[in-house]
Amino acid sequence: MTALQSPPEPAGTSAPSPTSRRGRRRRATALAPRDKLVLGLMLGIPSLAHVALVWVPTLGSVGLSFSSWDGIGGFADIEWVGFQNYVDIFTRYPRFWPALQHNLIWLLFLLVVPTVAGLLLAVLLDRQLRFGRIYQSALYLPMVLSLALVGFIWQLIYQPEQGLLNNVLGTAASDPVNWLGDPDINLYAVLVAAGWRHTGYIMLLYLAGLKSVDPALKEAAALDGANAWQTFFRVTFPVLKPVNVVVLVVTVIEGLRAFDIVYVINKGRNGLELLSVLVTDNIIGESSRIGWGSALAVVLLLISLGFIITYLFQVFREEDRT
Amino acid sequence: MTFAFRPARIALHVFLVLTCLATLAPLLWALYASLRTYDDTARNGYFSIAESLTLDNFASAWTQADLPHYYLNTLIVTLPAVVLVLLLSSMVAYGVSRYSFRFNLVLLVLFTAGNLLPQQVIVTPLYRLYLLTPLPSWLSDSGLLLDSQLGLVLIHVAFQSGFCVFVLSNYMKTIPHELGEAARVDGAGVFRQYWQVILPLCRPALAALATLEFTWIYNDFLWALVLIQTGDKMPITSALQNLKGTFFVDNNLVAAGSLLVALPTLVVFFTLQRQFIGGLTLGSTKG
Repeated sequence: MTALQSPPEPAGTSAPSPTSRRGRRRRATALAPRDKLVLGLMLGIPSLAHVALVWVPTLGSVGLSFSSWDGIGGFADIEWVGFQNYVDIFTRYPRFWPALQHNLIWLLFLLVVPTVAGLLLAVLLDRQLRFGRIYQSALYLPMVLSLALVGFIWQLIYQPEQGLLNNVLGTAASDPVNWLGDPDINLYAVLVAAGWRHTGYIMLLYLAGLKSVDPALKEAAALDGANAWQTFFRVTFPVLKPVNVVVLVVTVIEGLRAFDIVYVINKGRNGLELLSVLVTDNIIGESSRIGWGSALAVVLLLISLGFIITYLFQVFREEDRT
Repeated sequence: MTFAFRPARIALHVFLVLTCLATLAPLLWALYASLRTYDDTARNGYFSIAESLTLDNFASAWTQADLPHYYLNTLIVTLPAVVLVLLLSSMVAYGVSRYSFRFNLVLLVLFTAGNLLPQQVIVTPLYRLYLLTPLPSWLSDSGLLLDSQLGLVLIHVAFQSGFCVFVLSNYMKTIPHELGEAARVDGAGVFRQYWQVILPLCRPALAALATLEFTWIYNDFLWALVLIQTGDKMPITSALQNLKGTFFVDNNLVAAGSLLVALPTLVVFFTLQRQFIGGLTLGSTKG
């Protein structure tokens, strides 16, 4: 909690020894004017690019969400309408609530299934195991594919008559399930594909976390008579807390960004509506209502903000301690 | 540790082998479909033993969808973006991690938070911004930042620098301060300390990030979809959508095309797996 409120000076002094602290002070004051200029440019140019292309548009979304603007004419033609866009979205826009619901299902699914599977696999692989590296490689592999490509590849599996799934289930000939066409189930079919890609990532994060758990802790627990189960839940898992936060944030962000896969499958319609699709539809889709699209983006921003702030506190509080 | 044939061990191996096969199944299925002829699958269905295996689909996908052209489009964007993002991020990371000044932490938080924003929060005003920014025609034949490859490179650099600054600044903090100090005493300026002392020491982190950023930028779909309007200029991942139309309903071609599009990332994964994994863990656990 304190990291962001405390003055920046203690946060910068990451090395605890007093000599290095003194050295650092001296250097900070002893920078020659030319060095100051160089350092300013080295920090300034990238920061300017980042702020101009990431933060200015983000604030732009917030600002424009209170406007009604079809993008024709200059900024002078922008009409300010207060919260009207939000009111309309919440009350009159039939695609909004399904999209929000799908986003929440998406988050919930990704937070449960790939996380549990990834943690389980990480625990199983976190030992001296023959072929261990081969198993890991196979499980990581989907991670390098783009979500768009995942959509393509899984379409081959989900096709009603020719797809792998219905043929394995034996329903292809008699009563084929239309996995991606049926609006009651297609969201879950897509989530399986998205989870397929996400599990390897979660496993990787937990494996790295498990490797950093001090083995002495587990030995001590074993000496105290704890069984493997107790050791994991009482000792290992609590130590993994920082990793859990990273997993939570990574998953939520990934879930909110989800777009490519549904867009490739059916442009995010017919049961696959997501907030990200609604935002994009206002730019490249049929309608170009900028204020409207921005208001939708702000809803997305508000959902993600809580998690982003949690993550920042976690990361920069540690900064203070180390 | 010895590898005794304990039943629990065997059960573990069986479980892991099955899980790995299930994980690889979608790719193997695509590979199998891509190796079969259209006649074969039209007659026997996809869920059948192949009559013969052929690489013809890969050849047709390659030429029919004009894949070389789209690979090139991706290359034009990805290479400069990766180089620039590493260069700019390492400069910020250097400043933030090795000097203390008033906006140190603010800057670091700004970059870290920026990297977590959903792209859709940025994209609408960004589109407008690009539409309003004129470019000379030798840089962009649309005369605007919109629909130009430069615009795509810029947003990749700006957006991805969040992650890279975070990872690199954590990495640079582990480099002893005495090293820069020694160079300074020898009369090296700020830039030379960065370029000749610190940056070479960051090689492992830079390699990891380069691998990761190549994959991510290669895989980008949204930015190009929105910011590039001429189908001809689309990078390969966003052009997938068009490929689907080109191949019509020929699944064998779709499978072959998909695998060809995946190929560069798969090659990177298999040759640089250590860097790829290292980059991701660098970003999550610190140092």
